[in-house]
Amino acid sequence: MTTEVSSETEVKEKAEESAAQLDQPEKATEETQEEVITEGEEKEKEEKEKEKEEKEKEGKEGKGISKFLPTWLKKPKSQAQEAPPSEEAISAGQQEGEGPVPEVNGHTEEVEEKETVKSEQVKETEAESHSNASADTEPAKEESAEKSPERSQETKEEQVEEKEGKEGGLRGGGGGVEGQTSIFQSPLRLVRKAKMKLVVCQVALLDGTDFTCEVEKRAKGQYLFFKVCEHLNLLEKDYFGLTYKDNHEQKCWLDPMKEIKRQIRSNNWQFSFNVKFYPPDPSLLSEDITRYLLCLQLREDVATGRLPCSFVTHALLGSYTLQAEFGDYDPDQPRPLDYINQLNIAPSQNREMEEKIFELHKSHRGMTPAQADTQFLENAKKLSMYGVDLHPAKDSEGVDLMLGVCANGLLVYKDRLRINRFAWPKILKISYKRNNFYIKIRPGETEQFESTVGFKLQNHRSAKKLWKVCVENHSFYRLNAPEPPTKARFLTLGSKFRYSGRTQAQTRLASSLIDRPSPTFERTSSKRISRSVDGAPMISITDVERDTAENGREHRLDLHSDSKSPLRVHGDNIYVRHSNLMLEDHDKTQDEVLKHQASVSQLKRSFMEAPPASPPQSNQWEKRLTSSPATAVRFQQQQVINAPSAEAAAADCTSSDTKEPTKTADVEIEETIVVQEVSKATQPALVTVAVDSPAIPPAKQETREQEVKVQEEAVVPKEAATAKQESVSSESESEDEAEYHPNVSASTHMPEVKEEEEEEDKVEEDKMADENMSAPVVASLPVEITKAAEDVCKKEEESKREEGQGGVKRNAEKEMEVGRESEESTEEPMMTPEEVPNGVALAEDAVIGLVGHAEKQEPKMNGETLLVEPRPQVICCSEPPVVKTEMVTISDTFAAQKTEIATKEVPIVHTETKTITYEAAQLDGNGDGEPGVLMTAQTITSESLCTTTTTHITKTLKGGLSETRIEKRIVITGDCDIDHDQALAQAIKEAKEQHPDMSVTRVVVHKETELAEEED
Amino acid sequence: MASRIADFGRYTHAIVRGIPASLAKEALRSCPSEVDVVQARREHEKYQEILRTTFGLEVVELPADESLPDCVFVEDAAVVCGDTALITRPGAESRRGETKAMKEALEALNMNVVEMTDENATLDGGDVLFTGQEFFVGLSKRTNQRGAEILADVFKDYAVSTVPVQQGLHLKSFCSMGGPGLILVGSSEPAQKALKIMQQMSDHRYDKLVVPDDLAANCIYVNLPDKGHMLLHSTAEMFPESLKVLEQLKDYTLIAASNKEKTKVDGALTCCSVLINKKANM
Repeated sequence: MTTEVSSETEVKEKAEESAAQLDQPEKATEETQEEVITEGEEKEKEEKEKEKEEKEKEGKEGKGISKFLPTWLKKPKSQAQEAPPSEEAISAGQQEGEGPVPEVNGHTEEVEEKETVKSEQVKETEAESHSNASADTEPAKEESAEKSPERSQETKEEQVEEKEGKEGGLRGGGGGVEGQTSIFQSPLRLVRKAKMKLVVCQVALLDGTDFTCEVEKRAKGQYLFFKVCEHLNLLEKDYFGLTYKDNHEQKCWLDPMKEIKRQIRSNNWQFSFNVKFYPPDPSLLSEDITRYLLCLQLREDVATGRLPCSFVTHALLGSYTLQAEFGDYDPDQPRPLDYINQLNIAPSQNREMEEKIFELHKSHRGMTPAQADTQFLENAKKLSMYGVDLHPAKDSEGVDLMLGVCANGLLVYKDRLRINRFAWPKILKISYKRNNFYIKIRPGETEQFESTVGFKLQNHRSAKKLWKVCVENHSFYRLNAPEPPTKARFLTLGSKFRYSGRTQAQTRLASSLIDRPSPTFERTSSKRISRSVDGAPMISITDVERDTAENGREHRLDLHSDSKSPLRVHGDNIYVRHSNLMLEDHDKTQDEVLKHQASVSQLKRSFMEAPPASPPQSNQWEKRLTSSPATAVRFQQQQVINAPSAEAAAADCTSSDTKEPTKTADVEIEETIVVQEVSKATQPALVTVAVDSPAIPPAKQETREQEVKVQEEAVVPKEAATAKQESVSSESESEDEAEYHPNVSASTHMPEVKEEEEEEDKVEEDKMADENMSAPVVASLPVEITKAAEDVCKKEEESKREEGQGGVKRNAEKEMEVGRESEESTEEPMMTPEEVPNGVALAEDAVIGLVGHAEKQEPKMNGETLLVEPRPQVICCSEPPVVKTEMVTISDTFAAQKTEIATKEVPIVHTETKTITYEAAQLDGNGDGEPGVLMTAQTITSESLCTTTTTHITKTLKGGLSETRIEKRIVITGDCDIDHDQALAQAIKEAKEQHPDMSVTRVVVHKETELAEEED
Repeated sequence: MASRIADFGRYTHAIVRGIPASLAKEALRSCPSEVDVVQARREHEKYQEILRTTFGLEVVELPADESLPDCVFVEDAAVVCGDTALITRPGAESRRGETKAMKEALEALNMNVVEMTDENATLDGGDVLFTGQEFFVGLSKRTNQRGAEILADVFKDYAVSTVPVQQGLHLKSFCSMGGPGLILVGSSEPAQKALKIMQQMSDHRYDKLVVPDDLAANCIYVNLPDKGHMLLHSTAEMFPESLKVLEQLKDYTLIAASNKEKTKVDGALTCCSVLINKKANM
């Protein structure tokens, strides 16, 4: 449970805060601005008070906030958001610590931003309160429960902060170094509600320096992570993560999706930035800076002995380090062993080794730092323990073992010896129960039954930690996408732990599209500029690097072409159906995938190119990430509103907390709910017309059981206020046991990939800021996406927005919440039209992703009238059966046994998104059950004026039958002038004509509508 | 390290040892047999000749030691990889003395010599299969876990996986490397089982070539810059069927060497030499 409920604490905080802030100006340069700030604070106070009230009157939050929003709106708006970070850095340069320090250039903007943010935060608060599952239902209880610990904690933190603030003031004149740190301050402040306590985080970076930044106490892990990446100028961030030490001095990965505070469970806000997933082939990384960071990590790994290597390898790696850090060996300059000592190259570094290092160093003459890094990595990656994360365990007989999690699977070591290995494709299920860790193994050729191997870990914590690492590694290295349908990876972590970032396949694609000039960076030991080599012109160096990169890329494509070699297909074919990455030769397969994706989408490039996230937006983004339990709460509200359907709704949305996409459906936590069914709804496809000779397995594997479970859980909060804790517990990841089915995902995998493409397409073409859609891509750069999209086609809106930022954002928040709810209401024939907050009206002029009959129906189903409803309420309507019928018309061959309807409300200001999936019956019924062998896969993209068609053809061999599956993605872009219905009809017609022998099995209509803001 | 695979099969030196007369009577053997020492020496002569002339290696011949009847099987006394040589602690007590001369020879070649001193450890080089990318160590009558651990500790760069050897003397009694990424393996059930284990344990993919006779799977692969893939194998006289399989190898130069007498005392082709690549050493 979080702070927000505790109103008393707030007051206290406030007082302290303003005290702190008043303190600051003394050190600051300009007095005038102080006033402004104070004013701001007062408003904050007001706000807080109002909020308190709101909380007391449950469900009225939005209203209360909106009342005073206009105040903010009246304030002059600035372009602060758009200001390049560097400027902010400068302006923020002197700020450190908690209170806003008046600033000559930055001042107005900051205040503005702050205000904006505040209103956002109100929203956020709401969201978060929802996220606490039942918090809203019984705030009082919560409060009493949380108050005291909360308070004491805060007090402590405040002390720290105050100290920090003073320090900042003192150091203010210091300039440069400070500036870096504080870049991130203003964003934080902007976005975070003043009521939120800011906490100073110390992040140990790989180069040995510390990065200090403030985050709001309730910030999620990724917020801090993004800050760090921003500081490092790192784009390929998916390989990295933050660690913290838990109470038992164990290093743990900071879950980006969860609040930092809840993870660290102490007041020790200290973290390290580390490599989380070691790229199997570092040469495929796009940027030198990424390689450099990887090198730093590996140097540390090697020096500490975590990555064991032989004498010669130590020396060789050390020599590359010297070359990278110091350049060519200089015989004139006596190279004392001092600096090599500093380098700390090996755990047992001796003179002999140092001499060897020098000897080798001489041979690297002329090598640029980047080349030296590359060589370093080429050698390091071959080490057998490269990228292996070891966890001590015991076997059933109590023998000490080490379990090593890596890209390829799980390794079992006894002392230094590998005594067993379970490749990911071999593993059917990963689970833990108390301190036991189990893997279920696919039966071998000669065996008939699956076997389960169990290991004992030291305690429950370590078992869970190992499990998490496995889940993440499996997802990262073996899956195309962690959460295929929604792509809302960042929205997904509710109660269950799953990997929330991009997979390797995705991040490789993203990296390959990075198109910024190589950033210059300083190498720590030497302060050498990255690209300057002794005597070598910088340009040529860059060229060299570029070439390499390009070659790498081409190579991939080549691989793709021969990727259909029978060898691979036969390898572990059983997994093909789950994901092409399931093949042992997953690299090639991935490349294949990559190519597909690359051919379609360039969106990521624009992301990557986009300027670093501007603070307010990134926060906006973050807000959207509010953990899903929010939904549950919302639905409870609905229950009040909509009594009859309430229970169902509650169940549904609770289940959807997890937002587990059906496709991946990887994680199952026994204690919590598994929401596989829900995810369906979240398919981001604009329109998917799937044509199939044998019916397509819709990958609908929802288990009724689970549903039932879900419902039960959902009911809990309703029944008893005390039950809150229980539903919350889902958030805390049901402690005792969890399961993970690495292979569950099934045949839909290809489509998923495609969907991703689509997303990209959509975003690119439609220029829609669809959060859900872009989520996966955005993962690392959330802000840009939104921004880019908006920039392109919504300039007017932007200006509007600027005017009414507070309000709008607030609205956005609301929408988002609703959006999620609706998103989730898949199985249940219930639609949740989004609430449209004040000032936002529906404008149908934006992008419509192929809307046909669906579009027409939607209003009916959702009761779209409600869309314009200015009140922040959620209204659920039952789905009229009409839809089904209509659907059948579309897929004439099959009786629609299943109709899914999902609404997706985009959590962004002016967008509304809906996804409707129509599925034809699985007449052959064996859709999912049988493994298939992927024979071929190809993607064709064609574009016309307002439509983009992506055709994805997969041929699969299933039980002797060859199945050809064609997926067409048609993106129709345009305003109301276009008859979307007709366009859809046409598209379907064409599809049928083109493949007369095939049948349409599924149509997914994803509609995005722009909501125009109403002028105040 | 940078070019592990490219360097696979490249050698510059070989260490061999003479055959003592005591071999005939005293050498260890799994089944009783009569060994013709003269014939064995002739075979060994030819073997060395191939190493010297065909493979162009610098052959270091250690003198036979009558007190060490098995001393011709030098492979068991040392494991060499890169510039590092691990002097083993042979599983058979009667053979422990063999390491002394080996150690001196390796030191003379400027190798980084590491000795296995742990008295609980035993390791025969014949149980060590180096694939170019990793080690497999057979846990056999002669090699134990501790020996394998020490090997793993010495060759830290590489994964070292253990493979139970259920039949035959050594791991390499039924398999060997037939090239980069190619494992030659016998068709017996224990051999196949061991191969399965190796494949499961490895992050790398290996092709396999199954020969009908386990012992015929013990070959010496050498990659010569000018001649390409060379494979020293047992004669057709000994394993006609297996040779047919080996002949399927494309672009290989097959060289037969008779090993009849030595096999009577469980000596395979690889047993009789320690191959070293000095050029790869830095």
